[in-house]
Amino acid sequence: MSAVPTDYSLRSSRRRLGDRIGDVALRGTTLIAALAAVALLGAIVWKVLALAWPSITHYGLSFVTGETWDPVKKVFGALPFIYGTAMSSLIALVIATPLAIAIALWLSELAPGGVRGVVGSLVEMLAAIPSVVLGLWGILVLGPFLANHLEPWLHDKLGFIPLFGEPSPTGTGLFTAGLILTIMVVPIIASICRELFLQVPDELEEGALALGATRWEMVRGVILPSTRTGIAAAIILGLGRALGEAIAVTQVIGGGTMISSNLFAPIDTLASKIAASYQGAGSGLETASLLYLAAILLVIGLLTNLAAQVIVRVFDPLKGAH
Amino acid sequence: MMTDDVTIPVDVAPVEIAQERRTPSPTQRKVVFDIRDLAVTYGPTTAISGVDLEIYGNLITAFIGPSGCGKSTFIRSLNRMNDLVPGAKVDGRVLYHGQDIYGDGVDPVEVRRRIGMVFQRANPFPKSIYDNVAWGPRVLGMKKALDERVEKALTRAALWDEVKDRLKKSALSLSGGQQQRLCIARAIAIEPEVLLLDEPASALDPIATAAIEELMHDLKDQYTIVIVTHNMQQAARVADMTAFFSLQVEEGKRTGILVEYENTDKLFTNPADKRTEDYVTGRFG
Repeated sequence: MSAVPTDYSLRSSRRRLGDRIGDVALRGTTLIAALAAVALLGAIVWKVLALAWPSITHYGLSFVTGETWDPVKKVFGALPFIYGTAMSSLIALVIATPLAIAIALWLSELAPGGVRGVVGSLVEMLAAIPSVVLGLWGILVLGPFLANHLEPWLHDKLGFIPLFGEPSPTGTGLFTAGLILTIMVVPIIASICRELFLQVPDELEEGALALGATRWEMVRGVILPSTRTGIAAAIILGLGRALGEAIAVTQVIGGGTMISSNLFAPIDTLASKIAASYQGAGSGLETASLLYLAAILLVIGLLTNLAAQVIVRVFDPLKGAH
Repeated sequence: MMTDDVTIPVDVAPVEIAQERRTPSPTQRKVVFDIRDLAVTYGPTTAISGVDLEIYGNLITAFIGPSGCGKSTFIRSLNRMNDLVPGAKVDGRVLYHGQDIYGDGVDPVEVRRRIGMVFQRANPFPKSIYDNVAWGPRVLGMKKALDERVEKALTRAALWDEVKDRLKKSALSLSGGQQQRLCIARAIAIEPEVLLLDEPASALDPIATAAIEELMHDLKDQYTIVIVTHNMQQAARVADMTAFFSLQVEEGKRTGILVEYENTDKLFTNPADKRTEDYVTGRFG
């Protein structure tokens, strides 16, 4: 007999054994799930590269700077779509960022309690609109409005800037795509920024106000500086959304392969070109080139995501590490 | 820059700070705040009511009392910090040099600029030490001789010697006691007349607490200081005047009230009210 009384035994009982099996199972399944996610990412990257390989070996990196996309002559280059992707995302971020930050500030700092929740949910519901529905709205409502009113007005007043050239006849074009992307990006940036602003400790806000600062001075001097890295990450997450969106953009961007300084002209983004052309791709080289576009988009997407992660980890003023 | 008598006793145990307490006669007192029948409610809850009190210039006035007696609510009503609490409502009058700070046309921002506040938890901005002190002056447009202003404020707050070589370092790298003195420096950098201190030492160790208390003594020549403390010894050590707040329970509702307001010596040694006596002798609270 052991000297330890049974009541104080530290050995596993049968039930504890059951728990241990559960423990092992938990470790196993979670590990497999986590590895599966990594493996899937690797498999997708591998497959895209493999299918794009004919085009990659044919063009090399000059594909990136190639300005022509002509399935008839079988000459393919990505530059128009890289331009379309960059410009449409830029338009979206330039408009969406101040708008989203304003919404987030109002919701987190200024809105009266009752309105706060309602408006906050409505803003987030913007993100719930299926992109194909938003695209239809773009074709039917936003596009005609732009073609008939905003674009002529901008061309009239600011036509000396090459960006504001001839208005599009139907309202499809780069500018319309940029505005549709704005609508998609605003709720992403706004909801992240709202959380960021709410996380700024009340003591900091009180400290600023107790020094005789106005609300605006508090926002500018304390809230925005303490959350600037988070805001940058939110913008980059918004960028990721804008870069990759295919359906709605395909619906309103008009489709084109000519780089034009005119924002109102039709073009394609990497994503919209793939979505619009993959089904009807005629030659093997065209299919491979579309996958090359996909590979470029994938790399841009991964880099964007990585950038957001690095920003959040490396610079966080509230953690004092900078 | 720093005078000899503001050295901080970093290596000695905290002791009772020897002091001559000021007890000016009623005719010599300069009334800074004249509070009349003040009540603060949060929705259906009355935090404090029926407070009549005068606060005198260049003295240290302490508010003591058990938890939940509304002393923090009261001090926050002196510079309109309660405005920020949703549902808070202030009744009665808070006359600052005869002017009701809740009156029409009074700008709360201007009120807070003249009546500074230091909070229970040190709340430096996530910026450099220098920028913390310079923040208020910059916002208020006092940009002339900013370096001198920052140095002066840090010196007054007895922090200059500890931080002068690392002004560009993050304020968050300072210890808790240093952070609280930085917050005091930040508050006095904009030259307020009154400093409200809401339990400024409750999160600090005894040595840092002693430093803050000594600092208050040095500051009272220039500022009118009001301090909330749950620590009676602290009130006895630093305050010229002490107000004792308590809770009154009526029909199940708990309301903070002012029980007694006196010279600190009298309040602690010969209180007029039984409730005060019970509290200061440790029979209650």
